[in-house]
Amino acid sequence: MANQFDHIRDQFPILNQQVNKYPLVYFDSGATAQKPFRVIDCISDFYKNANSNIHRGVHTLSRKATEQFEAARKSIATHFNVTNDQQIIFTAGTTDSINMVAQGLAKSHLKPGDEIILSTYEHHSNILPWQLWAQEHKGKLKIIPLLEDQSLDYTSFENLITSKTKLIAITQVSNTLGLITDLEKIKAIALKHNIPFLIDGAQSAPHMAVDLQQLDPDFFVCSAHKMYGPTGSGLLYLSERWLKELPLSKTGGGTIKTVSFEKTEYAEGALRLEPGTPDISGVIAFAEAIRFMDEIGLDSIYKHEEELVLYAQESLLKLSEVTVYGQSKHKAGVISFNVKNQHPFDVGTLLDKYGIAVRTGHHCTQPLMQCLNIQGTVRISFGVYNTKSEIDFFIEKLQKTIRMLS
Amino acid sequence: MSIQEIENEIVEEFEYFGEDWEAKYEHLIDLGKALPLINPALKTEERIIKGCQSQVWLNAEQKDGNIVFTADSDAIITKGMIALMVRVLSEQKAEDIIKADLDFINKIGLKEHLSPTRANGLLSMIHQMKKEALKRI
Repeated sequence: MANQFDHIRDQFPILNQQVNKYPLVYFDSGATAQKPFRVIDCISDFYKNANSNIHRGVHTLSRKATEQFEAARKSIATHFNVTNDQQIIFTAGTTDSINMVAQGLAKSHLKPGDEIILSTYEHHSNILPWQLWAQEHKGKLKIIPLLEDQSLDYTSFENLITSKTKLIAITQVSNTLGLITDLEKIKAIALKHNIPFLIDGAQSAPHMAVDLQQLDPDFFVCSAHKMYGPTGSGLLYLSERWLKELPLSKTGGGTIKTVSFEKTEYAEGALRLEPGTPDISGVIAFAEAIRFMDEIGLDSIYKHEEELVLYAQESLLKLSEVTVYGQSKHKAGVISFNVKNQHPFDVGTLLDKYGIAVRTGHHCTQPLMQCLNIQGTVRISFGVYNTKSEIDFFIEKLQKTIRMLS
Repeated sequence: MSIQEIENEIVEEFEYFGEDWEAKYEHLIDLGKALPLINPALKTEERIIKGCQSQVWLNAEQKDGNIVFTADSDAIITKGMIALMVRVLSEQKAEDIIKADLDFINKIGLKEHLSPTRANGLLSMIHQMKKEALKRI
């Protein structure tokens, strides 16, 4: 039966190239996904036909740009099942969003001596903003540990909570292991103790349907560029409460109702948190990327990528020299492994010579590496355009690589 | 031999592999494996050159007016590259080390290892080798 993934590669011009005389095998979508024609065209169309500054112009072009920008907000809100589109704030990406929340909360919600709970999985971007706060305000970070199988230890999670716990900030998918966090469990405990929670969706939003009405977090963040959109754009979802209450960490033009040298009355809704001229084309192209994903269907995308992950995991486990981390039947698009006695950098360097793009190193999760007692891993990550035959080619060349190194 | 003569010798050695990159890398890996072990006592925090991924240790000593380098890495391909650098720059005069353009890396088709991604720490190692030479002029 023909399937919609068969010809999807044709929509990604970059994939149609040779690297080191081999057809490019792109297994690094976890770092950034490639962009389909329609997203690339969307950016160029905007600059050809609608470029203008938004929200304040009286002229036709400015209205056109504003309409496209606000339509993007609406369609992205719909994608995440958010009714009030004002709850979607456009940012420069996941890192920017988390910094906005951390700096904002530090001004009102967080007090010296307070505690924040993170998990062992966290990317540096969901550690450092909180660590900075903790260092500056005598705060404390508490970490949900791993179990033997590298899943999170939800039982000891609840024991970490004290009267000083003010926030839980946790990733939905480990960018290094691909393991999926049980957010229902996190949410239940957060609700029970009345603690706000932030979901880092950088690695989940590209692979699965995320229903923010059902998850109902206080904050949700993700990046466009991992979702087939452009770099430099992303979002911060805020609950109704925080949309009104999150203190500003940066401010400037476009966020106001009236300004005098003495005081400012800020705008309501999303605009309060979007100072300066935003990445207008980036946001519009972000919405186009999401339409691209929605037309395929997030459930189909999840299924396609899960099949690839399981196929690759099985194939890797057949190689006696390979260790796969976080083995599970439920993974979102990512596998980390090592070749016994070989440095991941060597493995990645040789795979690149065969045109296979993988990521090696600590993947911005050094604390997780310390917990697993390794320096780094080789990570392969998939997108809609990857195929089983690419995995076969990769396994064949990995075997060759292992022979060369040993 | 002068630095330039050693560079020429390496270029000639690699010409033998032609376009066969697999053979070239196998040779590089062999060079890495054959690099004399660095005295473990020298693998200290001050001698480490941190790349983003693989790490390099570099030791410099003065001997009979020349500078002697010993080095190590935890990644074998990086170690192969180090072996080439040590072969070219060790037991040379400080003034010559500072002047060396190390163009042979380009000629043997391995310049990708000197890209400024800092992944392997090799570029930093070359800077460090020159700095060590500068200190001893």
